[in-house]
Amino acid sequence: MLIRRAPDIQASEITDEALYLDRRRFITRAGVGLAAFGTLGASRTLEACEGGSQDDDKLTPYEDVTTYNNFYEFGTDKDDPAKNAHTLRPRPWSIAIEGHVKKPAVYAIEDFLKPHKLEERVYRMRCVEAWSMVIPWLGFPLANLIKRVEPTSKAKYLEFTTLHDAQQMPGQRRPVLDWPYAEGLRLDEAMHPLALLVAGLYGKVLPNQNGAPLRLVVPWKYGFKGIKSIVRIRFVETQPRTAWNVAAPDEYGFYANVNPDVDHPRWSQAKERRIGEFRRRATLPFNGYADQVAGLYAGMDLRKFF
Amino acid sequence: MRPQSRRLATVSLVLVCLLPAAWLARRALTDDLGANPIEELEIQTGLWTLRFLALTLAVTPVRRLAGWNWLAKHRRTLGLVTFGYACLHLSMYIGLDMFFDVSDIVEDVAEHLYITVGMLAFLLLIPLAATSTKNAIRRMGRRWTRLHRLVWAVAALGTVHFLWAVKKDIREPLIYAAIFAGLLLLRWPSRAKK
Repeated sequence: MLIRRAPDIQASEITDEALYLDRRRFITRAGVGLAAFGTLGASRTLEACEGGSQDDDKLTPYEDVTTYNNFYEFGTDKDDPAKNAHTLRPRPWSIAIEGHVKKPAVYAIEDFLKPHKLEERVYRMRCVEAWSMVIPWLGFPLANLIKRVEPTSKAKYLEFTTLHDAQQMPGQRRPVLDWPYAEGLRLDEAMHPLALLVAGLYGKVLPNQNGAPLRLVVPWKYGFKGIKSIVRIRFVETQPRTAWNVAAPDEYGFYANVNPDVDHPRWSQAKERRIGEFRRRATLPFNGYADQVAGLYAGMDLRKFF
Repeated sequence: MRPQSRRLATVSLVLVCLLPAAWLARRALTDDLGANPIEELEIQTGLWTLRFLALTLAVTPVRRLAGWNWLAKHRRTLGLVTFGYACLHLSMYIGLDMFFDVSDIVEDVAEHLYITVGMLAFLLLIPLAATSTKNAIRRMGRRWTRLHRLVWAVAALGTVHFLWAVKKDIREPLIYAAIFAGLLLLRWPSRAKK
C-alpha cells in the first residue's frame, strides 16, 4: 500500500501561540485525567499527525461533544446518551483479540492500553446526518495494535463489536438495530496512520456517552464507523457485517467514506452544519483527508462502494 | 354565549396555543436549544404543527361523542394555529437551515422525497387557511366541505414527511400515524349514517 505524504504544513496551519498554550493546558489536564488509567501519559502532540487541518477548524466545545451524541444503546435522541449512559460500567472491562492473529488474547482494558502511548489528535468528525464537529481525541494508532497482535496472511478485514448487555445499555431492549453493534475495516484501512483507537477526549478519560472505555475513530469516514465501547476485535478473511449496513443496506455502505458527491438516498451530503456554526459549509471528499487516504481506494467506483 | 365572552374565549385559546412557540423562543434566547439549535427548532415546530393538526381534527369527534357543541367554533382557531406553526416550521427551514439559498432549496425539494412531501403538505394548507373566513364558508357551501377534506391529505403527507426524516427509530412517527388513523376512523360511521 502506498500512502501519499501529506503536503508540507502551510503557514496558515501553524498553531498560534494562544492556541498552543491552550494545548499545553489540555496536555496538563490529560495527565490529570489519565491518572485514572494508571501508568499512562500522553505524548506530545505532533501537528503533522493532524493532516489536513484547516485554519477554520475550531474545536467544538466539550459541552457539545459530550451532550449531542448518536449512541443508540442509550436511546435514539441526541441528548439520550448523556442522560442515560451512567448505567455503563467501563471498569472492569475486557477486550478480546480473536481470529487470524498470532497472538489472540483477552486483555483487561488497563493491559490493553499499557504498551501504547496516548497522543492527542484533533480530527474533524462528520456524521452521516450532515453535521460535524472538531474533536481533540486522545488515543493511539490502530496500526500499533495490529502490529502488536501480528495478523496472519489470512487476515483481510477487522471486525469490531460493541458490548451486548441490556442491563448496562438499556437501549438494547428495543430492536432498533441488530445488537450488538458491529463495524469493520479493511486491513489496509485499519493500518492507515489516521485510524485511531481512542480512550479519551479533551485530555480526559472518554465519557461513557462518547464510547468509554475504548472506541474507534476513522476521520475520513462517516461517524457511525467509529464504533463505541468495544469488547472484541476479530481479524477475519471476508468483509464483516456492519450494523447500519444490515439495518439499511441501500442507505449505509460498508465503506461509508465521506463523499459530498454521493447523497444519502433521503438527504444531501454536499453540505454539513458544523456544530456551533450558523451557515452550512461544503463537505470535503474524505472529510478533507483525501490527500492522505484517497490512495486506499484507487480504481474503486465510490458510487458503488459507498 | 354573548359575542363579547365568545371573543374572550377565542383570544384565550390563541394565547394558550402560542405557549409552545413562546417556550421555544425562550429556549432560543437563553441558549437552551442544545448543540444543534437550528435542528431543534425545526423538529419542535414540526412536531407542534402535527400536534395542533391532530387537535383540530379531534374537535368534531369529541364534540359529537361528548355533546360539547361549544367546541365547534374553536375548530377554525385551531386550524389556523396549525397553519401558523406550519409557517414557522417552513421559515425555520428556509431562513435558518437553508439561509434563503434558493438553488439549495429548489434542489432539496426536487431531489429529497421527504422534503417534497412536506412542502406539498404545506401548499395544501394554504387554500384551507385562505377559505377559513365566514364569508368563504357561506359562499362556497358544499364545495367548502369538499375542499376542506384536503386536511386528511395534509395529515397523511405530514406524517410521511416525519417518517422519512427519521433515521431509524420510527416509533414516534408511527404514533402520529396511529392518532390520525384513529381520528379518521371516528369519522366514518357518522358519515355513513347521513
